[in-house]
Amino acid sequence: MKVSETTQTVIPDRAWRDKVEKLSGQNISACYQCEKCTNGCPVAFAMDIAPHRLMHSIHLGLKDTVLQKNTFWVCASCETCTTRCPNGIDIAHVMDTLKQMSLLEGKKPERKDIPIFNNAFLASIKKHGRMDELEMITDYTLKSQGPAGLLKQSGMGLKMVAKGKLGLLPRSHRANRQVKNIFKQTEGQQ
Amino acid sequence: MTVKVSYYPGCSLDGTAREYGESVETVARLLGIDLRELEDWTCCGASSAHASNDAVAVALPASNLMIADKTGMDLVVPCAACFSRLKFAEKELLAGKEIAGTSNKYEGKFQIKYMLDFIWNDVGEKAIAEKVKKPLSGLTPVCYYGCLTTRPPKITDATNPENPINMDNLMKILGADVKAWSYKTNCCGGSLMVTCPDIARKMTGKLLNMAQEAGADCIIAGCPICQANLDNYQEEISKESGKKYATPVFYFTELMGLAFGDTSVKKSLSRHMVDPRPLLKKKGLI
Repeated sequence: MKVSETTQTVIPDRAWRDKVEKLSGQNISACYQCEKCTNGCPVAFAMDIAPHRLMHSIHLGLKDTVLQKNTFWVCASCETCTTRCPNGIDIAHVMDTLKQMSLLEGKKPERKDIPIFNNAFLASIKKHGRMDELEMITDYTLKSQGPAGLLKQSGMGLKMVAKGKLGLLPRSHRANRQVKNIFKQTEGQQ
Repeated sequence: MTVKVSYYPGCSLDGTAREYGESVETVARLLGIDLRELEDWTCCGASSAHASNDAVAVALPASNLMIADKTGMDLVVPCAACFSRLKFAEKELLAGKEIAGTSNKYEGKFQIKYMLDFIWNDVGEKAIAEKVKKPLSGLTPVCYYGCLTTRPPKITDATNPENPINMDNLMKILGADVKAWSYKTNCCGGSLMVTCPDIARKMTGKLLNMAQEAGADCIIAGCPICQANLDNYQEEISKESGKKYATPVFYFTELMGLAFGDTSVKKSLSRHMVDPRPLLKKKGLI
């Protein structure tokens, strides 16, 4: 009986699996490949490896295979997989752990704009304590698409301003001591 | 009767979700809810924090809970992402975890409530029904709950995460002919609309399509990101999919304001990208 179209010999790397389990706090070894995560995933169509296969690859310790995929980057954090996993694995959180590990390894994701957006978002909080939407989106657009991109996106921006959805004046709120302290004490931590 | 609660508006409610913020305040006033904005609140970090740094992702919402703790009042939250992050931090604090960068002073003698669930469960059906002056007769909405007000239930404490019904019930009390559909908790794409619009427009397009198939003349949301994703890109999605979409996307509080006969809500209707006023005029609701 043919059970698989292709075969691949892999040498499991338990050390890397253990590392992912430790950093995510999740028992990935509990995955029994039921595929509920993949079947419920609304972004699976855009992923280059399905979530259950990604979990299996982590289980085998296939670090290079896992970290080059876009699956964990395009995860929308909708929490459907986490909600439905019969073994209680917080799969969406594992996706976050992989994002963080990938950046620490210096990998450049194929979807390069996602970490740029996250950085712009956090930079705004660090400065103001609250996220300033206009400033954040301007910072993100400049860093991801350059001045030409900013011009291209300005149509939607102006529409939002006209509708009163974006204020042109910068936020007067400044980050309080608590927020400054949080960034000071947690940066570099995982 | 006045109910006094702490209020965490979140960063979008005086910006891209201004109409949500305005209509929340209107509805609270009409229902006798005294919203006390949390003093010096700061951002919850949203998905960018939990994608980037676990320690920041818990410390930002936790520090807000420590402010709320001093008030002793329940904390009401209108944004799904804020609600989710605050609930996440609550679970960590209640588990006794030390949270770097915060005072760690926390007793947790209050509850965190999502605005919709607070209105439905705490204000209650009877008090809401009494306020209805202009029933939403003839309106055929689908209710869209999105992801984070219910999922994952071990964080949100949602009793029915796969099929939430509070918004459906609320809209029925207001007189709307609510349509059933299977996409009430399917993801709109969230911030992928900014970083990977090619992916997110497909996700949102699916929701618009399913709402149309269900016979809905509008969609009702309860989250700034869901509303923006569904409302802002219908022109592009129409072009890409070959289908024609011009479906108004309301916040549930806007429709509550209208049903309660409040005229100030009309102002917020002009802020939508798909103008909902022609539909409301056709139904005799404005």
